[in-house]
Amino acid sequence: MIWGPDIFILAILVVLAIAAVISRDLLVATVIFSGYSLLMAVAYVQLNSPDVGFTEAAVGAGVTTVLFILTIARTARMEEDGS
Amino acid sequence: MSESLFGEDVIVRTIARLVAPFIQLFGLYVLMHGHVSPGGGFQAGVIIASSFILLALALGLPESKERFKKTIRLPMESSGPLIFALIGVTCILAGGYYLQYGIAFLFPPAVVSAILISAVEIGIGITVLAMIVTIFYAMAGD
Repeated sequence: MIWGPDIFILAILVVLAIAAVISRDLLVATVIFSGYSLLMAVAYVQLNSPDVGFTEAAVGAGVTTVLFILTIARTARMEEDGS
Repeated sequence: MSESLFGEDVIVRTIARLVAPFIQLFGLYVLMHGHVSPGGGFQAGVIIASSFILLALALGLPESKERFKKTIRLPMESSGPLIFALIGVTCILAGGYYLQYGIAFLFPPAVVSAILISAVEIGIGITVLAMIVTIFYAMAGD
């Protein structure tokens, strides 16, 4: 088993997840989340589960991103200050 | 989102129109090879639906809707579960349990199993395709 690529992918996943959470711009957060899903698909394929990776790439990186962007277009783009 | 996101850009429109059939062909490949390789009904439905989403983003929503009308989508949404349930009940009628594929029914069990699994996958794919496109159209407006 090769540890290098796995640890690299997981480290980028953690960075992307934190960036998506702390981003104030929801459109930026959505695009980061799309990249997160794509890397997650690579991680699934790396873990010998191409079926789940397939679903993650099609649904996570494709369809939900479009649905999130449509939702942002209908509501507000910037996150409001929580009290 | 009644207008296209990219206006009248010739490159985007042409590429989207060219690529969409290949996406759908790949979806059909995933659908028909779901039982021997990664993929299956759900993934194939999502892939084919994404081609219609691509058309809606590049050509505008009305032009995408024209290619996949509501009169086609509504029967597709309901026919998928119907295919699934009918195959399940057929297995009962042939002497097995619900969705027990490996029964001897005119053909050897292995052949029957392959045919029935493919048919169930097709039913799942039809429903997922129609539902995801419908959700997208409903959220995109009109």
